[in-house]
Amino acid sequence: MSRVFGDRKTILILLLPTLTIYVMLKVIPVAWSLGLSFFQGNTLRGFEFVGIENFQTFLSDDAALNSVWVSVFFAVVVTAAQVTFGYLLALLYVFVLRKGSAFVRTAVFFPMVLPTVAVSLLFKSLIAVGENQGPVNDAINAFGGESVEFLASTSGTMTIAIVMTLWSSMGFYAVLLYTGLLDIPEEVVESARMDGATGPRLVGYIIIPLSLPILLSSIIFSLNATLKVFDSLLALNNGGPGTTTAPLTLYMYRTAFEYAEYGYGSTIALALTLLCLVFTLVVFRPSSKRVED
Amino acid sequence: MTTAPVAAPSRLSGPRPRPKPMHRRARLMARRLPVWLLVAVLLLVMLYPQFWMIMGSFKTQTEFFANPTWALPEQFNLDNYIDAFTRGNVGINYRNSILVTLPSVALIVLAGLSAGYALEIMIFKGRRQILLFVMGGIMVPGQMILVPLFTVYFQLGITDSLLPMILTYTAMGIPLTTFLMAAYFRAIPREIFEAATVDGCGPLRSFFVIAIPLMKNSMLTIGLIQFFSVFNDLLIALTFTTRPDLATIQVGLLSLSDQYGSTQYGALFAAISINIIVLLIVFVFLNKKIMAGLAAGSVKG
Repeated sequence: MSRVFGDRKTILILLLPTLTIYVMLKVIPVAWSLGLSFFQGNTLRGFEFVGIENFQTFLSDDAALNSVWVSVFFAVVVTAAQVTFGYLLALLYVFVLRKGSAFVRTAVFFPMVLPTVAVSLLFKSLIAVGENQGPVNDAINAFGGESVEFLASTSGTMTIAIVMTLWSSMGFYAVLLYTGLLDIPEEVVESARMDGATGPRLVGYIIIPLSLPILLSSIIFSLNATLKVFDSLLALNNGGPGTTTAPLTLYMYRTAFEYAEYGYGSTIALALTLLCLVFTLVVFRPSSKRVED
Repeated sequence: MTTAPVAAPSRLSGPRPRPKPMHRRARLMARRLPVWLLVAVLLLVMLYPQFWMIMGSFKTQTEFFANPTWALPEQFNLDNYIDAFTRGNVGINYRNSILVTLPSVALIVLAGLSAGYALEIMIFKGRRQILLFVMGGIMVPGQMILVPLFTVYFQLGITDSLLPMILTYTAMGIPLTTFLMAAYFRAIPREIFEAATVDGCGPLRSFFVIAIPLMKNSMLTIGLIQFFSVFNDLLIALTFTTRPDLATIQVGLLSLSDQYGSTQYGALFAAISINIIVLLIVFVFLNKKIMAGLAAGSVKG
């Protein structure tokens, strides 16, 4: 039996094409990019070995450090908000709406499948000011407020970006956590209720601890996705005003393709990769211990 | 508790209450009122922006300036849609997106399926290590491979086609897909494949006649995850789109918004609405699969 399933030719036929594509188009480019981070220049101008100069530049480059800050701030705030809102929605689906939650679940989930660019342009139109004002500012005017030009300020742009991301992805986290909640055995919840746990106490002592693994998966997934945010901030305000809301991804893209600094661009990409790695480890290490206990 | 005839499993509020006198039922409904209000507000926030945009796509330029933003269009005129297709290149963008997405997704699913089978059903030394090696790719952001790939594609002279996008999406989709396919194969009892061998079916043949039919559902699920990530991608499309006639929908939308700015809302609204409507139709038919698929992809990834 093992001779049949150990057949070399079959293994090669099935595995080799995939491995070849993966190595040629992903592994080698990653190694190449790592190497490029020690060089300066681009293909037209030629490359020059500069050692760790790019890393030194990175640490003294205000725009780069601001990008790190934007990426981290966005990732932490959005992750906290979307996992919290997602969890509240999941609790609503399971305990309040119960069997009737299908329509609400679908309607809240749908924006997840819309392209981020389309969502950004939709929100840009919703908050537009001026001759052709969007409903948001119309509503502010109706309550006697002055029109707000959200995209003129860093904090305004950031606020819209966060609200927009929540709008489009909280339904996804809700469904994710909802399936996690459905996996909790009925008997556990029943017996806790027999012991007198109700409402918030039941949620705090029984439901949350039991859904901890799926909560942590959601947090790791969300951090990884939000650290790579690119489309939405680019389409919303192009990282503006100025470059104050440009995350690392956007800063890397500009450095490499608008200023043709391939070497420095690779250094920024490396910084982004390390950031994703560090965030995952920080969440994963203590959590994997706790789950084992 | 266990003997009570409970119709629907209701976890927080206990067994379903017996029929009550009218005034008690009214009190119960009043207690539920805040929940219904909350749900109504939630639905309004989720649905209104999309509704508003679709309605806006039917408005004329004069209506935009003369009427309040929440007014419905005076009539459903399709000029904006015609404009989006003729001057906004929406048709070409759609064609490009489909020409890029379908081959990419097909290649990703095929590559992941065969690798998953080789790594999970076949037996050889080092298969765990190879699986880990492929999975490592899940963590790496796309920015990391852009510059080298751009250089290579340029030197190969294929930047004037959609090929660079297809190749890049395929490579980027392989790690997660291989990982998920391997997990799905692990869930299939090995005995099925062993029985086939006893009947004289080689491993390559059982891949085609047993594995593929058994994995149909998983292939659809993973195909959907990959469809949305490729179709909605901006980064790769923006980097490898060297000419406007190669632009995908996302790149097209972005340039459309730059081009029209705040002057020509109609065409932009129509272009975005086409996006919303098309995806809505796909979603209505497949929503259970899509929700389950995306959830599976994230928990395991």
